[in-house]
Amino acid sequence: MHATGRFFKLVTLAAAASFGAYAAEGGAPTVVKIGAALSMTGAAAVYGGAQKSGIQAAVDDVNGSGSLKPLRLEVVFEDDASKKEQGINVFQRFINQTKVSAIIGPTLSTTATAADPIAQQAKVPVLAISNTAPTGITDIGEYIWRDSLTERQVIPGAVKKARAKLGFKTAGVLYGNDDVFTKAGYDVMKQALESERVQILETQTFAKSDRDFNAQLTALKSKNPGILLVSALADNAASIVSQARQLGYTGPILGGNGFNSPAFIKNAGPAAEGVLVGTSWNSASQDPANQTFRKSMEKRGVSPDQFTAQAYAGVVIIAEAIKQAGMKVGREDIRAGFAKVRDLPTPLGKFSFTPSRDAEHEPSVQQVKGGKFEILQ
Amino acid sequence: MGQQVINGVFVGSIYALFAVGYTLVFGVLDILNLAHQAVFMLGAFCALAFVGGLHLSFALALPLAVLFSGAMGILLDRIAFRPLRGRAHSNMSGLISSIAAATIFEAIALQIFGPDVSRFPFGSFPDRQFRVAGAVVSTIQLTIVAVSVVLMALLTYLLKKTRLGRQIRAVAESPRAARILGINVDRVIAASFFISSALGGAAGVLFALAFNNLSPDMGRSVELKGLAVIILGGMGSVTGAVTAGFAIGLIEVFTVAYLGSSYRDAVSFAVLFLVLLVWPRGLFGRVALREA
Repeated sequence: MHATGRFFKLVTLAAAASFGAYAAEGGAPTVVKIGAALSMTGAAAVYGGAQKSGIQAAVDDVNGSGSLKPLRLEVVFEDDASKKEQGINVFQRFINQTKVSAIIGPTLSTTATAADPIAQQAKVPVLAISNTAPTGITDIGEYIWRDSLTERQVIPGAVKKARAKLGFKTAGVLYGNDDVFTKAGYDVMKQALESERVQILETQTFAKSDRDFNAQLTALKSKNPGILLVSALADNAASIVSQARQLGYTGPILGGNGFNSPAFIKNAGPAAEGVLVGTSWNSASQDPANQTFRKSMEKRGVSPDQFTAQAYAGVVIIAEAIKQAGMKVGREDIRAGFAKVRDLPTPLGKFSFTPSRDAEHEPSVQQVKGGKFEILQ
Repeated sequence: MGQQVINGVFVGSIYALFAVGYTLVFGVLDILNLAHQAVFMLGAFCALAFVGGLHLSFALALPLAVLFSGAMGILLDRIAFRPLRGRAHSNMSGLISSIAAATIFEAIALQIFGPDVSRFPFGSFPDRQFRVAGAVVSTIQLTIVAVSVVLMALLTYLLKKTRLGRQIRAVAESPRAARILGINVDRVIAASFFISSALGGAAGVLFALAFNNLSPDMGRSVELKGLAVIILGGMGSVTGAVTAGFAIGLIEVFTVAYLGSSYRDAVSFAVLFLVLLVWPRGLFGRVALREA
């Protein structure tokens, strides 16, 4: 009797371990391990820190609410160093040593293109919380999901909202033509303007290494566009906006996702005032889910941004996937659970996945006011 | 149109100031100092440290940064050029060691200031815009053009009228003859490096002030342009470098505005190529520095 009992326990232990969960002695809650690969160092470190605090807050909130009882979420954090190689290492450790049920991350799209195929091959579900490249992420395979909107989803919404608010009929466009990300942003901007029937009066380009944008901006300004759309990385964005204002351009400016950075406001200073940027998180939303999120962050003394909100939502979505899977925490269960997530209340709004495993929720527009991003109502 | 001319003159004045220092060392030594762009960058960061770190006024930070850059020039001569002087193929080895010096300077700046873009604190230079015949001119732009022109005029005066200027021209003509005449050639070369780098550093400070975008690799964006300017103007010619600096600035601005930014450098270098076909020695020939 005694021996069979021990044997039985061993079997359950082994079974549980193979699903990435283990039962502790004496009926304590079963721990669900989730790996978070975030950029805590390197080029994207500024985003990684924000993401970590969002994940921690969400784990505490989910566990505190008891909605997953008898399960308990536990997140293991690892630094992907904003690098592909390190991202691959971290994923391998999560999959083979930590034996996680699911992976959150990595922070950068570039890292994801290298690390995600490993998870796909090992059949471990991945939830990206900040990858915005339109292609090459979720199309890796059926185990790769994301809660971050792509440029293709954010910019058209931003253009539409800005047009409704400001009523411009013409536009000038300036974009970096030597960078995949800024060029892709331009393509989306052009499409969005065309579908909104805004006439593009002038298009100008620049290179990443440029510092002097006066020639382009003078040419754009001379056409008197109703709005100026700029697809640039944060460093160039700050210079472009400053020089546009110095040249006496007073009209509205709408930026791509590259503007979505505190570094932009810091370097552009007063010139950043009034600049519009599309965002996937409506910080001013009165939705209960968003209010709960804001309160949790406030308690921790963290001022949340888009990346914190997306990270928080990621944990909420995984919790929902576990519930949808009938409280099962195997890798396959969570993947199947993701597909059943519908209109889930999150800080990002009512959240669902598209059939291609991308995020689906309403984007917003924010405007720089008093040195901070504020939602354009 | 008027605004584009202003844009061109503005950026051209910085190119010209950068290039006169470049061409001065070439005129004296027949060596391309490829670390000139790194001194340009160090000058900018030095001014940033004075203004941002020590809260000095800009009027004080500029001359201090210029002196610092000049001192860097002397250091550059001591470590990168002087040990090689007199050896076989010293032109080529000097070129290589100047590349090494540039790399070291950039690495130092990277250690101190990091890879991110830095800028001068807001309001460290009073910036006001006013309209002239439909175009917008700012006090910063006027200051930059004025400072460049004054510095270039000072250099011309120094080369033409002073004892040091005559010595520099003598060394440029023939170091051996100059030595026979009792000129301390090493001292004159060191002085040339000081002047050249001081002007390069000044260009860096003005460039940083103009675009408020400092990073350890900022010098690379003017390096090739400076080269184009001194070849177009005629290697070693100060007048040529000034003329060509403004010309390249204007060409560039109009290229970007009417053809697109992808042709920014292509057109400048196409013009350079065509000019060299007609005048193989550039616009102002080679003897200009010696005759000043």
